[in-house]
Amino acid sequence: MATTREIVSPAIAELLPRTFDVRKIREDFPILKQKMHGKPLVYLDNAATSQKPQAVIDALVQYYTQYNANIHRGVYLLSERSTQAYEDARVKLQRFMNAAESREIIYVRGSTEGINLVAQTWGRQHVGAGDEILITAMEHHSNIVPWQILCEEKGARLRVGPINDRGELIMDEFEKLINDRTRLVSVAHVSNALGTINPVKQIVQMAHAKNIPVLVDGAQAAPHMKVDVQALDCDFYAISGHKVFGPTGIGALYGKAKLLESMPPYQGGGDMILSVTFEKTIYSHIPNKFEAGTPNIAAVIGWGTAIDYLTRIGMENIASYEHALLTYANEAIGQVPGVRLIGTAREKTGVLSFVLDGIHPHDVGTVLDQEGIAVRTGHHCAQPVMERFGVPATVRASLAFYNTKQEINALAAGLEHVKAMFA
Amino acid sequence: MSELSSLYQDVILDHAKRPRNFHPIPDADHHANGYNPLCGDKVTIYLTLVDDRITDISFQGSGCAISTASASILTETLKGKTRKEAEALFEEFHGLVTGQPVNSSDGPPLGKLAVFSGVCEFPVRVKCASLAWHTLKSALEGTPAEASTE
Repeated sequence: MATTREIVSPAIAELLPRTFDVRKIREDFPILKQKMHGKPLVYLDNAATSQKPQAVIDALVQYYTQYNANIHRGVYLLSERSTQAYEDARVKLQRFMNAAESREIIYVRGSTEGINLVAQTWGRQHVGAGDEILITAMEHHSNIVPWQILCEEKGARLRVGPINDRGELIMDEFEKLINDRTRLVSVAHVSNALGTINPVKQIVQMAHAKNIPVLVDGAQAAPHMKVDVQALDCDFYAISGHKVFGPTGIGALYGKAKLLESMPPYQGGGDMILSVTFEKTIYSHIPNKFEAGTPNIAAVIGWGTAIDYLTRIGMENIASYEHALLTYANEAIGQVPGVRLIGTAREKTGVLSFVLDGIHPHDVGTVLDQEGIAVRTGHHCAQPVMERFGVPATVRASLAFYNTKQEINALAAGLEHVKAMFA
Repeated sequence: MSELSSLYQDVILDHAKRPRNFHPIPDADHHANGYNPLCGDKVTIYLTLVDDRITDISFQGSGCAISTASASILTETLKGKTRKEAEALFEEFHGLVTGQPVNSSDGPPLGKLAVFSGVCEFPVRVKCASLAWHTLKSALEGTPAEASTE
């Protein structure tokens, strides 16, 4: 096996050519050979979770077979290997997000936990009665509810930047909502329900002009584009591992070192302390201060392998392939009579939310399932978005770089079958 | 597609497209709201009871074909039934859609409700079929809180 000292494992380095060949890429994802109800799987629910390359699956098996041991504690070889792999993955994430230092990467369970961590530590420290937190109308519940909980606790107020009928943030209204009581701005980089890409750099500049920090929910951005937290200059950035082709149960919160160091701990326990007595406990420095208890070591290492895989392909190549596929999909699906696309922002990732005239999304999804097509139906943990567009639910097809034009065609054909059934 | 046709039988599709008793009862003495948060199905059941017999029943709401058809056939089936018969049918229907039939030879027959027998093959849709029934139960009990399938 590759020694854990190497940042990019040689197995990965040899694997892929530099050019983008979707057929070859699909061969790396074993689940894409699966069938649903006897039909080849057409997996179009990547916004919910992504599929995993064999290399990631192998890394998990390899970890448990060859060097599973708790990190940071043992003086024996296996523990040294697992610790090294765990910390190497942190460096990979640092580079993936272009953070200035690896200690600015905190491992959490997912972006939801990342946001909750900020709300409960930084939030509790800095938000008081009469203060305001500014979010947008396109947020996922994970970037709404933690702030509602904080506001209720502190007597603060949640403000919401409106969106237009295309699903774009109305920037001048948003700017007006930033005032002297605003303590934090928290926005999605990409909307999970609409696919809208927000002008995060501009938002950060607006907020920083008034010394207001910004948290960015990057769960739906990181799988599809190059993330550069230094270029964005955001104060916090949260991502989920399982959406970026890594295992479930892991995510990362990026935070500027100075901020993280000033924040109180999140969970107490082992590993986040320097010393413990019943009289006084001294906390660790970052990142350890925010990583209490035994972490999801295997998932971290698996995620690191996924990052290697993506780095080898190149996020820019992934972004341009997906952009071409989205253009195709917009045509193919938008042209099906009776389809109304929800979320038609000028800047979008490969998320197609739509309703089919007179047929409930749930029924659409059930028929598509029988054809081997996996899409998500419902409110997508974005009930306010559904309400904004006056629909109870949508059908959502969400793309990744292993999807193909043939799969989009299958979806379009599937929708015709749905219509025939409910005619 | 044979599995789908067991779920979306003609009767169900018919009731979904042309729901029966689809109107409010303005002075109903019982009513309840139901909501399925997972998919956004909403239903309101209106009831008029005289001496424990359902003299009028109707529904409003929006949702998937299964939930709409279920509410429609529910109102057709329960009109004229007693409260006790309605409660027995609730248990029977629940058993039918979850694939765990209830053994009650003395209860009222399922009749048209039997078309939902295919639902148990689609576990995700059980909640769609049973929303109207959970809402009915709330209406009968006079429970103030919104019914749900959770």
